[in-house]
Amino acid sequence: MQPLERIRSKTVVIDSSNIDTDQIIPARFLTTTTKQGLGRQLFADWRYLADGTPNPEFILNTPGAAGCQILVAGRNFGCGSSREHAPWALLDYGLRAVISTEIADIFRSNSLKNGLLPITVDEATARWLLDHPGADVDIDLASTRLTLPTGASLSFPIEAFARHCLLHGIDELGYLRSKLPDIERFEAARDERARSA
Amino acid sequence: MSPRTLFDKVWTAHEVVKETADTPAVLYIDLHLIHEVTSPQAFSVLRSLALPVRRPDRTLATMDHSTPTRTEQVFGGVPIKVDAAAKQVAELERNAAEFGVELFDMRDARRGIVHVISPELGATQPGMTIVCGDSHTSTHGAFGALAFGIGSTEVSHVFATQCLLQRKPKTFAINVEGQLRPGVTAKDLILAIIGKVGVSGGTGYVFEYRGSTIRGLSMDERMTICNMSIEAGARAGMIAPDDTTFAYLKDRLRAPQGTAWDAAVERWRTLAGDPGATFDASIDIDAAALEPMITYGTHPGMVVPITGTIPQSPGAGQPSATAVFDKAMAYMGFHGGDVMLGKPIDVVFIGSCTNGRLEDFRAAATILKGRKVAAGVKLLIVPGSQQVKREAEAAGYAQIFKDAGADWRESGCSMCLGMNGDTVGAGEYSISTSNRNFEGRQGVGARTLLASPLTAAASAVQGKITDPRTLV
Repeated sequence: MQPLERIRSKTVVIDSSNIDTDQIIPARFLTTTTKQGLGRQLFADWRYLADGTPNPEFILNTPGAAGCQILVAGRNFGCGSSREHAPWALLDYGLRAVISTEIADIFRSNSLKNGLLPITVDEATARWLLDHPGADVDIDLASTRLTLPTGASLSFPIEAFARHCLLHGIDELGYLRSKLPDIERFEAARDERARSA
Repeated sequence: MSPRTLFDKVWTAHEVVKETADTPAVLYIDLHLIHEVTSPQAFSVLRSLALPVRRPDRTLATMDHSTPTRTEQVFGGVPIKVDAAAKQVAELERNAAEFGVELFDMRDARRGIVHVISPELGATQPGMTIVCGDSHTSTHGAFGALAFGIGSTEVSHVFATQCLLQRKPKTFAINVEGQLRPGVTAKDLILAIIGKVGVSGGTGYVFEYRGSTIRGLSMDERMTICNMSIEAGARAGMIAPDDTTFAYLKDRLRAPQGTAWDAAVERWRTLAGDPGATFDASIDIDAAALEPMITYGTHPGMVVPITGTIPQSPGAGQPSATAVFDKAMAYMGFHGGDVMLGKPIDVVFIGSCTNGRLEDFRAAATILKGRKVAAGVKLLIVPGSQQVKREAEAAGYAQIFKDAGADWRESGCSMCLGMNGDTVGAGEYSISTSNRNFEGRQGVGARTLLASPLTAAASAVQGKITDPRTLV
């Protein structure tokens, strides 16, 4: 995984709450066996009309959306299914961060493992961002600060270990495998207890 | 030691390495369930690192999401309609063979929805940690297991190490007291809970369902409750194991046998939360006050009693909430203030990991016996597993369904998410016993109303949203 330190980008806004992973990537596209190429199907049912042509009213199909790396959305983004295809699709499309007041647990965990930053902010900041699509936002992971074009700057929460892994491009599996001696001891102790019982 | 909750006990017993400020806990996983949709990318990780599945003996594979439900496609050699789904099924067969993982393939008598087969085999047991690349893994919490959904990267972590890196979640007590009234089911109870907690109220928490109402539920009912914990945002929901749990598990194929059984029950009895154990949050639910519930919008928290009306739009004071509400109503073709009873429907789906077990079909059969599905309504009934299918056939339910005009299929996730081609048409109304009424969940443009098997069956007979209490 590439190290991730800073994202400076205009935002694209979907002012809707409870955007579930079925909207992010509908189930019929989950028959893939790879992670690649899902960006084309991102938000497919909102983004394309019945005949497959782009829906001109959907935000990702408007000129301002091109090249934006930060998605701002309403409360409880990423709820529902555990499909990791959701962050894969967002990343493949070109997004690097999602900002909301609340982000669902499994989506958050999946995002962090793929270099997509899930950022939760307070209501007032979220409201400002939702009301100002296209704002130039600066996300600094090293200092965990989000800076708005107004100059307002705030700290955002992110789990320390996930931040460390993202900053240094560390794969969590490598760390977990370094604990294999502990895992083997744990298993041996359990087996021993089971035998004596 | 201070009093501990059920969750605390299970968590602590699986801490290989405790969490610190800088690092998450290393949590041991007793049982890893996999299926065809979320495992291929995880097997690819193993292949790229030349790693084996470390504990194939703790790994069990089935196919359920993209598999066909038509008998001729499952057993008759008729090809799977969706090419990509066929490829995915074939890939799981290859991966399971290469990595030595036990797989219940398409024609296996033990196959079914992952969250139905593991309990019925007795593989799901109290006190275990259980994960699967599927958010409804919370189902297994009905046995007092800590069970939660994970992504495909985490599936690869469990493959390689039998462990996960996890931060300890907070605990949330859902206290339910009182007797459910006739016609009000476990599905109605969990829908009411989601309505009260909200679809993100459980984020960061593990639920523990407690109280006399929960104690009085069967295992099938408890699984329905725990299954939908994720719809309130909670990754896991748990119920303390008791005599009901042990009676269910006894003599199941993979449950402990003989003296090991007695020892296991003794151990399982210690899992219930200690008196005085505290939770980070709690709510109280009066079960006796509940009615059959039905959703009217595009998430499971948009739910009302079946005799009720759709709430009014939040109004001009809350422009953002109003826009969301109005969008949901436009999608559903409903309006604030609408009466739910009597709205016409097109499709009824009875099945899924939420309501695809024998008791669910028994409930549906009580309504459908001697009745016919209304003209113009399609009723699809899909058992949660091949074992449930055999049991429902032996009990005569399947014949009741066929006589009523229902389509009775082989097991799988089917129309819950429509991956296998079992879909609801654009604009059609579907009463579904599944777990999600998201836009497009059952097919592009499909309009889903979540309800119990009783309500689904009653509505199929009448061709409109029907209070099942008027037919029993």
